[in-house]
Amino acid sequence: MDNLLEVNNLHVSFDTYGGEVKAVRGVDFSVKKGETLAIVGESGSGKSVTTKALMGLIPSPPGRIKEGEILFEGKDLTKMKDKELSKIRGKDIAMIFQDPMTSLNPTMKVGNQIMEGLIKHQKKSRSDAKKRALELLELVGIANAEERLKQYPHQFSGGMRQRVVIAIALACNPKLLLADEPTTALDVTIQAQILEVMKDIQKEMESGIVFITHDLGVVANVADRVAVMYAGKIVEIGKVDDIFYNPKHPYTWGLLGSMPSLDSNDDELYAIPGSPPDLMHPPKGDAFAPRSDFAMKIDFEQEPPMFKVSDDHYAATWLLHENAPAVQPPKSVQTRMKGTTQESAGGDGV
Amino acid sequence: MVRYILERLVYMLITLLLIATMTFFLMKLLPGTPLSAADKLSEEQQAIVLEKYGLNDPLPVQYFNYITGLFQGDLGLSFQFDNREVTTILLERMGPSMTLGAQSLILGTIIGVLLGLMAAIYHNGVVDYGSTFIAVIGKSIPSFVFAGILQFYLGVQWGLFPVALWEGWEYTILPTIALAIFPIAIAARYMRTEMLEVLGSDFITTARAKGVNKFGVVFKHGLRNALIPIITIIGPLAVSLMTGTLVIENIFSVPGIGEQFVKSINTNDYPIIMGTTLFFSFLFILIILIIDLLYGLIDPRIRLTEGD
Repeated sequence: MDNLLEVNNLHVSFDTYGGEVKAVRGVDFSVKKGETLAIVGESGSGKSVTTKALMGLIPSPPGRIKEGEILFEGKDLTKMKDKELSKIRGKDIAMIFQDPMTSLNPTMKVGNQIMEGLIKHQKKSRSDAKKRALELLELVGIANAEERLKQYPHQFSGGMRQRVVIAIALACNPKLLLADEPTTALDVTIQAQILEVMKDIQKEMESGIVFITHDLGVVANVADRVAVMYAGKIVEIGKVDDIFYNPKHPYTWGLLGSMPSLDSNDDELYAIPGSPPDLMHPPKGDAFAPRSDFAMKIDFEQEPPMFKVSDDHYAATWLLHENAPAVQPPKSVQTRMKGTTQESAGGDGV
Repeated sequence: MVRYILERLVYMLITLLLIATMTFFLMKLLPGTPLSAADKLSEEQQAIVLEKYGLNDPLPVQYFNYITGLFQGDLGLSFQFDNREVTTILLERMGPSMTLGAQSLILGTIIGVLLGLMAAIYHNGVVDYGSTFIAVIGKSIPSFVFAGILQFYLGVQWGLFPVALWEGWEYTILPTIALAIFPIAIAARYMRTEMLEVLGSDFITTARAKGVNKFGVVFKHGLRNALIPIITIIGPLAVSLMTGTLVIENIFSVPGIGEQFVKSINTNDYPIIMGTTLFFSFLFILIILIIDLLYGLIDPRIRLTEGD
């Protein structure tokens, strides 16, 4: 099956007074129809910048796409003018934003905000657009839709606003949905509902989803494949089971290790030591090496290439080189990797 | 809503009463007498004049008489212009000032807002620098300098518009332009800053992600959210423009209220001072009320709900 989206060697930089900040430094991934790719990583790893670049929404200046291509249905979005892009935005590619409190226009009725894209892209009349808006509000689970359309965002709660943000993104049945931490600002019960809504819609419309999050619990719930980002690069990418049960990169180990587990008897929660590198002066070699317990000499000198683990599992770490010593992931990660059957047994051992 | 407005009108009356009281007593502290040629009059004559205007009464009595008159719509007679009603004088003088004020406010705000918008859209470009330049010039050079330049070039050199006097609409053009420079500068600066801030907010990105283009984002989503601060500064500006400016009225020989007000202070013409002060205050309070209502119209979050 052909890829809906293909990102090749994407570089995004921001020109600041202090110098060039290389926020995204060569990212490759692809998304198929009906597939969900989750991008995980800590703050500042370039997740959001990557999705904004896909939409052509990097504020410029100071930001710019330095290199690389973004192929959407075979067409390169980086070569398009803003005018062409705005015909794709909201229609074929839509985005769900992170913060429901600030993502809606406070002085515009919610109905008009949902209808805006419909009127623009599908040339619908106001009454047709309104019918569709009602449908959308019901779809995302907002009761009293007729009444709600006439209200302003401040009359909605946070969870309800996020549903509106989602309704706006879904308005034109987009082929590709970019969700930038769509549930981070919500409490857990609402989070689950929203995720269900997104899954249902994906099933119905066969859309591809790029799901950005730093919540690994959400990843396990929604993703088909996972890309782990660190310091502007993808360090490991694979099927969701590969990442959870056969992770290869020390950074992935660190992320999984710092996820609290119900069975763990540890008093202390593991945290990755140190902080992410300064992207104005990215380190030589493996960017994660200074924080890694498993760093080797070569990690500080040469950047690791993507090593193939299986057909759809790749990781950029020298540990996968044939000359590298065999290293086992930390114990807490190993217990997790063994899966649910042995998890309780592993609990006492750690 | 109606209840709210009525409530505000009651407060407005109380405010005006307080202002009238304060002005009345402060004015009495002004040095000198209302008699413009006191030295030429005999003591007897002076006493007759003071008696006629009730200026010999004790202060509380004068105050009481004035306030009672006020409630009957009587602002008294002018000292300076024999036997002319203050109300008549005010109405006569207000016309030109309010015309100039309103015209320059509308012209200035529209041009200023547009300039500011262009500056925000073409942020850090030639248009932006040009508009900032105009704003700085307009704010730092006093209006009488512009008045002189306008009179010389547009009036005398090229003969496009009448240089001075007040004999028809074309006579309002030059003073209007001279007065509009300041609101242009203010509106342009505020609009630019505010619009840039709004354009950086998340909901603008949401709109862009919907496929709305650059201009659509500015006019459909940005403008309404950027207007609140502009409205706030335009209120006091409107009052100061409509109550006339001494300098501009003098330069263009406009028979406006600004000139009249200064003259009446210099001659201790109490009823005129009182009348003008009250009228200015009334205008100010009224404009504040209008602005408060406008806020609600622009931003639904400030809107009053029925029954609140």
